[in-house]
Amino acid sequence: MPLADAVTTAWPWNPLTDFQVMWSYPFMVNAFRAGAVIAVLAAAVGWFVVLRRQTFAAHSLSVVGFPGASGAVLVGVAAGYGYFAFCVGAAVLIAMLPGSGKGRGEESALTGTIQAFLLACGFLFVALYKGFLNGVNSLLFGSFLGITTSQVLLLTVVAAVVLCVLAVIGRPLLFASVDESVAAARGLPVRALSTVFMVLLGAATAEASQITGSLLVFALLVLPAATAQVLTPRPGLSLVLAMVIGLVVTWLGLTVAYFSPYPVGFYVTTFAFGGYVLARLVAVVRQASLVRRGPLLRSAV
Amino acid sequence: MSAFAHPFFLHAVLAGTAIAAAAGLAGYFLVLRAQVFTGDALSHTAFTGALAALALGWDLRIGLFVSTIGVALLLGFLGRRGRSDDVAIGGVFSWILGLGVFFLTLYTTTRSTANGGAGVSVLFGSIFGLSASAAWTAVSVAAVLCAVLLAVARPLLFASLDEAVAAARGVPVRVLGLVFLAVVGACAAEATQAVGSLLLLGLLAAPAGAAQRLTDSPYRALGLSAALAVAEMWAGLAVGYAVPSVPPSFGILAAGALVYGLTFVPLPRLARPLGAG
Repeated sequence: MPLADAVTTAWPWNPLTDFQVMWSYPFMVNAFRAGAVIAVLAAAVGWFVVLRRQTFAAHSLSVVGFPGASGAVLVGVAAGYGYFAFCVGAAVLIAMLPGSGKGRGEESALTGTIQAFLLACGFLFVALYKGFLNGVNSLLFGSFLGITTSQVLLLTVVAAVVLCVLAVIGRPLLFASVDESVAAARGLPVRALSTVFMVLLGAATAEASQITGSLLVFALLVLPAATAQVLTPRPGLSLVLAMVIGLVVTWLGLTVAYFSPYPVGFYVTTFAFGGYVLARLVAVVRQASLVRRGPLLRSAV
Repeated sequence: MSAFAHPFFLHAVLAGTAIAAAAGLAGYFLVLRAQVFTGDALSHTAFTGALAALALGWDLRIGLFVSTIGVALLLGFLGRRGRSDDVAIGGVFSWILGLGVFFLTLYTTTRSTANGGAGVSVLFGSIFGLSASAAWTAVSVAAVLCAVLLAVARPLLFASLDEAVAAARGVPVRVLGLVFLAVVGACAAEATQAVGSLLLLGLLAAPAGAAQRLTDSPYRALGLSAALAVAEMWAGLAVGYAVPSVPPSFGILAAGALVYGLTFVPLPRLARPLGAG
């Protein structure tokens, strides 16, 4: 690439070789692969979360991975099992409670209590497993270092299964999410659908927590989907848009985190939130221009 | 009474009682107004605020109170607009948490020699580590919060149960809501010192949820919520003192979850049997 060389000699740093160096590390390549899998999965599941207004339940589930992982470490098995056991278990528990995760008074108190109690259990496990204090931060806030190729493979398989189930139940779930009572009247098994969805959400958060940490999964679940739904009202388009936003945000976060001393979670959440704020601004401007154009349209009719 | 001979335990009981009473009162209204998710968001804000103060070298409590009250008011203003409420809250606080990680890294890389476990103690609390002055500050702040909550209890109850009618009767619904959120923010900042920012949601939600299940009368439930919170705090502290390997914040939360779980047991006449226990 003589052209690139000619251009970059004037620069203090060379983007091309910097990227080549970055991707020469196997852990960075694996981080990008795992990040892509997680971003797409989280965006797809999160899209339904945002549509169903179940953000509180999603947050509780994502947080529950922490006691799972610390418990698994205490018992002496791989953290991945703990993530899956606790996230899916809590998903079933929350799905069994009537109307929970919908922000109604008493049920949300119950969800909040479950969340706080399980987090306290996580802290107990950490306290019982002495000398684990530095591991807490990586369980909570994630680490993209040291992802192995077999881990990426496992993530991909789980993501494929979850996405397949989501694709099968996608249409009825969309119907049930948009108008639950009409869907129930048309004979859809609304309750079973919502239980299956909660289990999928649990599996997706368990998977994503292993890389992003328990506390930051929530950003990947909610922000890309919320951004996409602000930008376009069409379901299919916004679903694809959410996946693209999630992917871009994750890869951008990984790249910037590689070149800077601050953690990847900070960059991913910041980029995702920046995108959300931008989308809201665009929506406000668009609405304002529509309002301004409104009288003209009416006079034309 | 040998436990009270230790100053650290005495301070913990003093501060814990006051904090639990304030959290119980605030939590009842939080549950009644279906704003538990807002409490969740504030608990994460407390983490970021505390670590920002630590990273900048300020007193931890300045960061706690400024951040939680500020975000509480911000959420109050955002919430009034009406649309996409939960999602906006979720978006804001997931970013705030990301910011908290940033401050945590900043703190541990620049000042790590001072206190390596600061992040963990902010997240999960260190009530046995309170000094005498910190305990008395906590008591006085909690007393002010309780007084404010009791002073606005009647109109706030009215506004929470039927906002439209309350507004029609001349109750300043909007101002009340903002005052209440500011009080919850201050409560969250207080409770972070006792049970940590990740667990304070349990202190807000568990006694209030249990009180709501046990009685229908609002004032009785309000009192019961505060009493349960204080009792759970004492039980947690006792467990934490008796079994040193169990952190006190786990004891407090376990007591809260246990009491809440017990309220589900003797009620078989509910429409659907609940799997909680």
